[in-house]
Amino acid sequence: MKMKNTLRTVCTVRTVAALTALVLAAPAFADEDAELVINGEIEIVTKTTAPAHLEGHLDEILSGWRFRSDETQAMEMDDFDNPGMLGAEAGFEQFETVMGSEGKSCMDCHDGVESLANVRPTYPKWNDDKEAVYTIQMQINDCLTERMGAEKQKYDSKTMLNFEAALASVSRGMPVNVAIDGPAQSTWEQGKEMYYTRFGQLDLSCANCHEQNYGNMIRADHLSQGQINGFPTYRLKNAQLNGAHGRFKGCIRDTRGETFSPGSPEFVALELYVASRGNGLSVEGPSVRN
Amino acid sequence: MKRIAISLAALTLGAVAAPLGALAEIAPGDVQFDDYGAVETSLTGSSGNADEGRKIMTEKSLGNCVSCHAAEAYADVPFHGEVGPWLDGAGSRWTEAELRGLVINPKKTFEGTVMPAFYKVDGFNRPGDAYTGKAAPADLPPILSAEQVEDVVAYLMTLKDE
Ligand code: HEC
Ligand code: HEC
Repeated sequence: MKMKNTLRTVCTVRTVAALTALVLAAPAFADEDAELVINGEIEIVTKTTAPAHLEGHLDEILSGWRFRSDETQAMEMDDFDNPGMLGAEAGFEQFETVMGSEGKSCMDCHDGVESLANVRPTYPKWNDDKEAVYTIQMQINDCLTERMGAEKQKYDSKTMLNFEAALASVSRGMPVNVAIDGPAQSTWEQGKEMYYTRFGQLDLSCANCHEQNYGNMIRADHLSQGQINGFPTYRLKNAQLNGAHGRFKGCIRDTRGETFSPGSPEFVALELYVASRGNGLSVEGPSVRN
Repeated sequence: MKRIAISLAALTLGAVAAPLGALAEIAPGDVQFDDYGAVETSLTGSSGNADEGRKIMTEKSLGNCVSCHAAEAYADVPFHGEVGPWLDGAGSRWTEAELRGLVINPKKTFEGTVMPAFYKVDGFNRPGDAYTGKAAPADLPPILSAEQVEDVVAYLMTLKDE
């Protein structure tokens, strides 16, 4: 009897809460129906039908851009207002800079960053030679060390995020399309399992916040779907580019959990899975978030 | 029910309102739930302080219940979450024992709920040392001390329907 009563109360209470909380919790609300066009020309899909593998979980996928305030949204609509583009510019320069003992720059093997426009939409991706799922940063490190005789760069370091920002910037508007079958499948499954695993003393999974509660406020934060189509993201909070693994680390820490490190096999698998949840959204990085 | 002396952890966490009379309390592992998840006996053997309870619920460094729950009763506190239900009237909808059970471990009342357990020290996947991202110490303290749980329960009991 207790349980039945309870459940009924909770349902009514929830509806009231949803309505009234709008009044109480009042950080700047985003216009969730706004559309993103960058520089007046690059059309970005920030809302679309969920990929088939999300059946039963989500019908629609939404970029984190939709959940941000009008001001933050606006910063991403023009490259002059987007501080993340400074990182992308630095990335373009790095691309042309000779590094390492072989006297080569990336330009010696690639015809400019633009020639790699299919990279951001399809990574993480299976690497046949290495027989492992590779993130962009892992691939860049292979180029640096194996082809250029240069130093390995630290995961999510400024140099790496600048490279990532440059690569993302030339793919903006292209749909995220990571492969989840074939040899990548077992890594994808591992990432999926992580996504639904509760971590930490707060006992929360990614799905608890980003699947069950997106659109809801958690204190002053407007919960998004935790998509990574916008990475790297320039966050107003720390005024720099942030990588997806850094974000995962922060979210697990916030469950009062012991996190994993950027670049760890766990986060590589999680990145593949989370990226696949955004298959169909446009690449949007470097994006602006709070 | 086994009673133990106040643990070091509880002393540190309980710094908000130093216990005077509470000399024995029920440890997280010794809490007895009924079939519906309610906990009949006060964890400290006495009743809590509602004013402290309000503070614990609304301060980020303490219970931070406000991150998920809104209420008219603490409308002065900014930024109420929407993950959990509105808490006004909770003291009318639930008995004291039910509220105690909900704060100690709500999974005993609502299976699979996203609400965390506030008086539980084991059974976690990769527990951390508070919000440091580092591994938890072997003697992981509960998020709230026994006394703080009772304070929160006392405050929830004041949230009556008009
Ligand atoms: C306790 C709630 C909570 C949990 C659990 C959680 N997150 Fe988050 N996450 C947030 C909040 C709050 C933000 C910032 C607002 C937003 O974008 O949703 C965020 C942001 C993100 C973002 C940035 C999205 C963007 O558009 O910039 C990603 C990606 C993300 N989370 C992924 C994850 C993953 C993966 C997990 C699990 C390992 C996870 N989160 C677990 C609360 C959580
Ligand atoms: C991460 C989110 C979260 C946090 C933090 C949280 N709760 Fe909850 N709480 C919930 C949800 C969700 C429910 C509804 C149960 C369900 O359907 O899963 C709930 C239910 C309740 C209920 C019963 C609701 C009613 O009135 O019928 C009470 C009482 C309650 N919580 C009190 C607290 C207190 C006190 C704290 C802090 C010490 C707290 N909660 C922290 C999410 C949360």
